[in-house]
Amino acid sequence: MTGAAILVSLLALLPLAFTSWAAIRTGWGTAAALIFRARVGELLVNTTLLIALAVPISTALAIVLAWLTERSDLPGARLWAWLVVAPLAIPAFVHSYAWVSIIPGLHGLFAGVMISTLAYFPFLYLPIAAALNRLDPALEDSAAALGLSPLRVFIRVVVPQLRLAICGGALLIALHLLAEYGLYGLIRFDTFTTAIMDQFLSTFNGPAAYMLANVLILCCLALLATEAAARGDERYARIGPGAARMPRRAKLGRAAPFCLLLMAAVTLLAVGVPLITLARWLIVGGAGIWRLDQIGAALGETVLLAGIGGILTTLAATPMAWLSIRAPNRLQRLLEATNYIVGAVPGVVTALGLVTIVISFAPFVYQTIVTVVAAYVVMFLPRALISMRASIAQAPVELEQAACSLGRSPMQALWAITVRLAAPGAAASFALVGLGITNELPATQMLAPNGVQTLAMVFWSFSTELDYAAAAPYAMIMVLFSLPLTSLLYMYSKPAASR
Amino acid sequence: MNLLELQGIRRRYGSVTALDGVDLSVAADSCTAVVGPSGSGKTTLLRIIAGFDAADAGRVVLDGEILTDGTKAVPAHRREIGYVAQDGALFPHLSIAENIGFGLPRRDPGRDARIAELIRMVDLDPAVLGRRPDELSGGQQQRIALARALARRPRLMLLDEPFSALDTGLRAITRQAVARVLRAARITTILVTHDQSEALSFADQVAVLNEGRLLQVGAPRDLYLRPRTPMVAEFMGEAIVLPARVGAGFADCALGRVPVDDCERQGAAHIVLRPEQVKFAEVGEKDLQHASTGYFGKVVEVDFGGSVCSVRVRLLDGTGEIDAHSPPLRLIAASIETPRLGAIVRITVVGQAHVFPLDARS
Repeated sequence: MTGAAILVSLLALLPLAFTSWAAIRTGWGTAAALIFRARVGELLVNTTLLIALAVPISTALAIVLAWLTERSDLPGARLWAWLVVAPLAIPAFVHSYAWVSIIPGLHGLFAGVMISTLAYFPFLYLPIAAALNRLDPALEDSAAALGLSPLRVFIRVVVPQLRLAICGGALLIALHLLAEYGLYGLIRFDTFTTAIMDQFLSTFNGPAAYMLANVLILCCLALLATEAAARGDERYARIGPGAARMPRRAKLGRAAPFCLLLMAAVTLLAVGVPLITLARWLIVGGAGIWRLDQIGAALGETVLLAGIGGILTTLAATPMAWLSIRAPNRLQRLLEATNYIVGAVPGVVTALGLVTIVISFAPFVYQTIVTVVAAYVVMFLPRALISMRASIAQAPVELEQAACSLGRSPMQALWAITVRLAAPGAAASFALVGLGITNELPATQMLAPNGVQTLAMVFWSFSTELDYAAAAPYAMIMVLFSLPLTSLLYMYSKPAASR
Repeated sequence: MNLLELQGIRRRYGSVTALDGVDLSVAADSCTAVVGPSGSGKTTLLRIIAGFDAADAGRVVLDGEILTDGTKAVPAHRREIGYVAQDGALFPHLSIAENIGFGLPRRDPGRDARIAELIRMVDLDPAVLGRRPDELSGGQQQRIALARALARRPRLMLLDEPFSALDTGLRAITRQAVARVLRAARITTILVTHDQSEALSFADQVAVLNEGRLLQVGAPRDLYLRPRTPMVAEFMGEAIVLPARVGAGFADCALGRVPVDDCERQGAAHIVLRPEQVKFAEVGEKDLQHASTGYFGKVVEVDFGGSVCSVRVRLLDGTGEIDAHSPPLRLIAASIETPRLGAIVRITVVGQAHVFPLDARS
């Protein structure tokens, strides 16, 4: 197991290592010339502003919405909670597609921040709502007894307790913003990822693309370091025995209509606009846009890639997940950290590294399914790892031992007990990875074999040709695929009592 | 005839010695309890016998077959040893019937009959067979775990603190039920526990383990009445350990002249009395003044415990004052005859005191 885990980690590190090595090989003079130029500065400003604006706005929005759905007597709180999570079922580039097809002139930083916030804020809402739910109300009661007003209790006691949730969600959103391609491509807002894609797809300028990729890697590491520092090492677990009471809900009173209005507005912008636009294009397009042969082919190829990628990624994550539950040690923690860093790196960088490796060492697999699936495994390994770890934890070693004492050989015990108990987690891992692949665009664009067109790719080519009606069926299929998983995500974030 | 022989079992985890040369014989059709404080190595010992863990040195011989010899070991699934874990370790994804039948061949025509027989054996309603483990109470889960382990008619049954997760009332009932089932099936059993009363009531042979070594092995009554060291004495129950001068079958100690179980010993020694051997009765101040003989004490603490009370008594010296040199005695009395706080009591000793062997050190 250890050997397998090391092998997987090293393979996952390869694309990153090659991108860095390509930069070193270029030589300092060329590298400096490629890095210190106006274009890189412009991209850096764009990316920084995007993150510096979209993440705090999302955080504020998520805290307000989470408080309203979890801690206030807002009418229909359960329904609103579902609607607030619903934007996650719509791929980011479909959000962008909807907005740009309503307002064709939409572009630049403002559009980028707005659509990013609408598409990604549920990533912050989910952990914050879960944390608010789990918070011990005794803390707030104590603070009130010490003379703090409700608002000051919220700011001094509740918000600090949300720190881990906010840090985790903010990091996730920031990493998505760095890696996102389709959303910004459609509104012509340049980030490092779109610039690398342009370099790659139009005039393949190797050294320039590598330099951009390396700056992107540095941005990514800076985000990880910022999050680690902001998270701190305070203790947030509940102190003391027993179970916490259910928190009570605040009365909104006369503010209720305004709160409902806010909810309705957010839902309209984040769910209504994409779905209404999509419906409108489907109606406008009529029967003509349902070219079943083309849709069927794209669907088949997507399901094939998602299936193979899901299985291989889950298999690749298994040794590491096994070690982290059954034999945790320093080496395993190092390997795990490596994988999270590799997984945090945007897909374009991974794809670029893989292209380089393949062209240099195994040109015969270039533009075959092998390369694109390899990229998926590297990109989605952390998702699989989280699910697999939880699922292996479902099967403690004591159960395997009990099976052995009942006459099963170790392999039979593994099969009869651990594999069966871990199966739901493995299925979740498969689904998470498969969905990620279905909605993946940049790496697929760069690496997919000639002639292979996934749903996302066909959608993208129609959208960029401004044939919004023809793109609509593909967007709809992707939304339908994402729905079950989004509801799963929502249910997992809720404590058992409300399920 | 001995069914199981352990010879010089050693096991180290890094710098920690879990087992430091354990020798133990277990007779066929008997029940042995291994007791010791937590961290004494008792679970490690059980896991080595079961084959879940390997020894660094030593041999495990079952019915003439060598199961473990140094680091060479027969794997757990070929040992035919039953094992019941602390929390039962029922398979959560299988029904109760599938759990019990797990060790039985799937095509065995007598499989269902055997499962029904086992569920009756552990005194449970056959209606539970279709349920899932999480729908059963803790005590029921333990009985199912026992039935599952019994299904294959193991040569030896290992019980790893199987009652410790149950609450007090249920613990005694489940323990008695399990003991009955195992005796009826004539299965040799080793029970690991940190609860001395459980060990005394359950086993024919008790082994006291501390820091990886066996301090004493013997019948429950022997361990209780004739412990080899003060540590064993205190582990097996409340003990009054006193320094004494021994000679001619008597000991002179803080409680006067007491007969002892060792007529040969001479000179200084430590003796042990059990609280129930020390009787005390309340007396008036006058009795104390007029008494020329006898030993008196003053009640300094009364701890009400329902049917019996624990009473702390300080001995009085010749002048009627508390003797600062003698330690307080912790005695027990039936609740209805418990003296009041501050009462003066006359103390007498019933039966013989036990003299610790010469070489015993704590």
